[in-house]
Amino acid sequence: MDINKKYTPQSWPDHPETATMEGKNKFVGFWLLLAAESVTFASLFATYLALKDKGPSGMEFTAAELFELPLVFAMTMILLTSSLTSVYAMYHMKNHNFKSMQAWLMITVLLGASFLGLEIYEFYHYVHEGFGYTNSAFSSAFYTLVGTHGAHVLFGLGWFIALMVRNAKRGLNTYNAPKFFLVSLYWHFIDVVWVFIFTVVYLMGVIG
Amino acid sequence: MSSNAQKSGFGATVWDYITSVDHKKIAILYLMSGGLFFLIGGIEAMMIRIQLMKAGNDFLSAGTYNEVMTMHGTTMIFLAAMPLLLGFMNAIMPLQIGARDVAFPFLNSLGFWLFFFGGIFLNLSWFLGGAPDAGWTNYASLALASESHGIDFYALGLTISGFGTLISGINFLVTIINMRAPGMTYMRMPLFTWTTFVASALILLAFPPLTIAIFFMVFDRLFGSHFFDVAAGGNTIIWEHLFWIFGHPEVYILILPAFGIFSEIFAIFSRKRLFGYTALVFATILIGFYGFMVWAHHMFTVGLGPTANAIFALATMIIAVPTGVKIFNWLLTIWGGSVSFATPMLYAVGFIPSFVAGGVTGVMQAMAPLDYQLHDSYFIVAHFHYVIVGGVVLAIFAATHLYWPKMFGTMLSEKLGKVTFWLFFIGFHLTFFIQHFLGLMGMPRRVYTFGADQGWDLFNAISSAGAVFMALGVIIMLVNVVLTTVKNERVGNDPWGDGRTLEWAIPSPPPFYNFAQTPLVRGLDTYWIEKMEGNKEGMIYAEPLGDIHMPNNSFLPVVMSFGLFVASFGALYHPDDLPWTIPVIVLGLLITFGSMLLRSLKDDLGFHIHKEDLIKDREGVKTDGH
Repeated sequence: MDINKKYTPQSWPDHPETATMEGKNKFVGFWLLLAAESVTFASLFATYLALKDKGPSGMEFTAAELFELPLVFAMTMILLTSSLTSVYAMYHMKNHNFKSMQAWLMITVLLGASFLGLEIYEFYHYVHEGFGYTNSAFSSAFYTLVGTHGAHVLFGLGWFIALMVRNAKRGLNTYNAPKFFLVSLYWHFIDVVWVFIFTVVYLMGVIG
Repeated sequence: MSSNAQKSGFGATVWDYITSVDHKKIAILYLMSGGLFFLIGGIEAMMIRIQLMKAGNDFLSAGTYNEVMTMHGTTMIFLAAMPLLLGFMNAIMPLQIGARDVAFPFLNSLGFWLFFFGGIFLNLSWFLGGAPDAGWTNYASLALASESHGIDFYALGLTISGFGTLISGINFLVTIINMRAPGMTYMRMPLFTWTTFVASALILLAFPPLTIAIFFMVFDRLFGSHFFDVAAGGNTIIWEHLFWIFGHPEVYILILPAFGIFSEIFAIFSRKRLFGYTALVFATILIGFYGFMVWAHHMFTVGLGPTANAIFALATMIIAVPTGVKIFNWLLTIWGGSVSFATPMLYAVGFIPSFVAGGVTGVMQAMAPLDYQLHDSYFIVAHFHYVIVGGVVLAIFAATHLYWPKMFGTMLSEKLGKVTFWLFFIGFHLTFFIQHFLGLMGMPRRVYTFGADQGWDLFNAISSAGAVFMALGVIIMLVNVVLTTVKNERVGNDPWGDGRTLEWAIPSPPPFYNFAQTPLVRGLDTYWIEKMEGNKEGMIYAEPLGDIHMPNNSFLPVVMSFGLFVASFGALYHPDDLPWTIPVIVLGLLITFGSMLLRSLKDDLGFHIHKEDLIKDREGVKTDGH
């Protein structure tokens, strides 16, 4: 693979993310990593369900009293939209349109950052009300599950930004195309996990 | 040789190994550090047997005994057996599929260094206030009550080394999926490659629950959460579930590669194609699949109820079926073969009755009502040592003899090898067979002493005597390694004379690019096929001789792993109200994430070995290589 090779939309391969052996390996390896991540979150979800509303006697907070849907719904919409914008970015990546890809990635990062901002606000709000990490088994399980997701979002943002800055001057080639592809794959995974969090933690928490 | 093999001198060699991304060198690192931890775990085992050799002994105090017993189990499983197997997978699997390296050479190195720093961190507990003392299963109800930092060393050390193992698992899976030589279809892969594949899949899906369980433990003990704290609404059974969802597949992560090693040995030393190759492959996959369905058989006495116990009991018994298929396939491979009892074959033949005994007691324990009687007694200790020592350790010793010439280019002494086998084999049965009866007589496991009036003196003394034989066997093996290395008689490609798979078609040790030309595989036992057709080169090629692309060495894996090592110290002392703990955590994570960023930003394109150097290399091999 020659990193200095210049591509045009015509010479650009149909599947740039798997055009090289390295790309193929990263593609398969990352899907496998997502399998491991799924088991990780499955363990966290199972623990959360086992410990939901469990606490010391006289515990004040339960899921039904604590959660409010409007803010979380807004967060969900923002994150789902960011998944869509990352799809647009990959569409432009496949057409070797570097500038448009960077623009859509920027929008994705902004949406992701606002999601993260709202989550921090949400946590701050809960802690302010007295629902701290060490309150109860319920609070520990809640913050660990949702916080692990939040940490993944933060890592994803850092990854997006690092790739965008690093490749800003040199454009797309078959060396960095798999990297952009993987981070967007990761971003979709984070989105799917959030859909489960929204359902299992918030909807089921408020409804029953 | 090409550019990066030119340097010489001791320092340069050490630096070369530390930064190496070559799967064969990483294999040697795994072998050395896994061997070191095996010796440490062995010394701990000897201390246990000294303490228990007579009634009311005071060689170890009750507290120290708990630490030694915990560290023996933890070290042997996580820091000896697994790394040693990962070492052989690294050394041999890429050669068996005709690949020049694994899919991610950099991650291969990172996986090793994470394991290494995790293991060192765990063992530092001996010098920093006491080792973990809640057993290798570290049940939360015990672990939360433990006062020293030992449990924290366990939790943080295993987190680090667990990441390393997970990374290696992914790496091997991708290697086998993507890097097979032309013609190497899935159903032509050697059995050791198959078992590596399935064991890696188990690693992929089994390690995350352990990591999460250990995270909960770390947060509960160090950062004030309440996952396992019953008074605050927590539940200690969550630990048991998560631990055994990992723990049972872990047993198969260990035993499947052992099965693979023995499958290779039976075919080579019976000079016969494996009987029922297809059945062996599907039995391997089935065992891996069922491995995830049986974890609660470790928890029969928790009180999950008769329905859960019945389901898990049945699922457990089903596993005996594919395992039995394998045993019969091996026996029928020997049947009618032209058998030679070289050292690896001795281990393989010794393995069958030993492992069957362990399997039969396993099925006994699968019956939940009987398990209520056997639970927490020495019967359990006897059972899992029959499986782990009679299966995994015998396989590791066998593989050491089988693959030593391929890894180091010189043969271990057969004479000393056979002495080791007989000492170890007899010692093993002497130590553990009698423990079945100690268990039936009521001796509980994990208790530091027993009374003279309990009638367990004689059997315990015999068991301790057996351990001496095992230790002697291991010492002679070490002598064998030293003598062999000093003598250094070089061997050719196929030192056993009956190699069947690709690794035996290339020089011992192989050049760092493995295959000058990628081989074309024409069937199962591809090297054997070529030999039978009189092909002097042992291979036919899928490509003309040309430049080879190779990855660069890197120091970053060591730095990344070291960062987590540093951060763990900060986390460990966090509850002690010391001012420096948070800064140390931050510093360590900065080192790790900073070097990850560096890795991401800096292009690492590798280098090329030129065709002319390859031709020169090949001439060199022909003149001094026989």
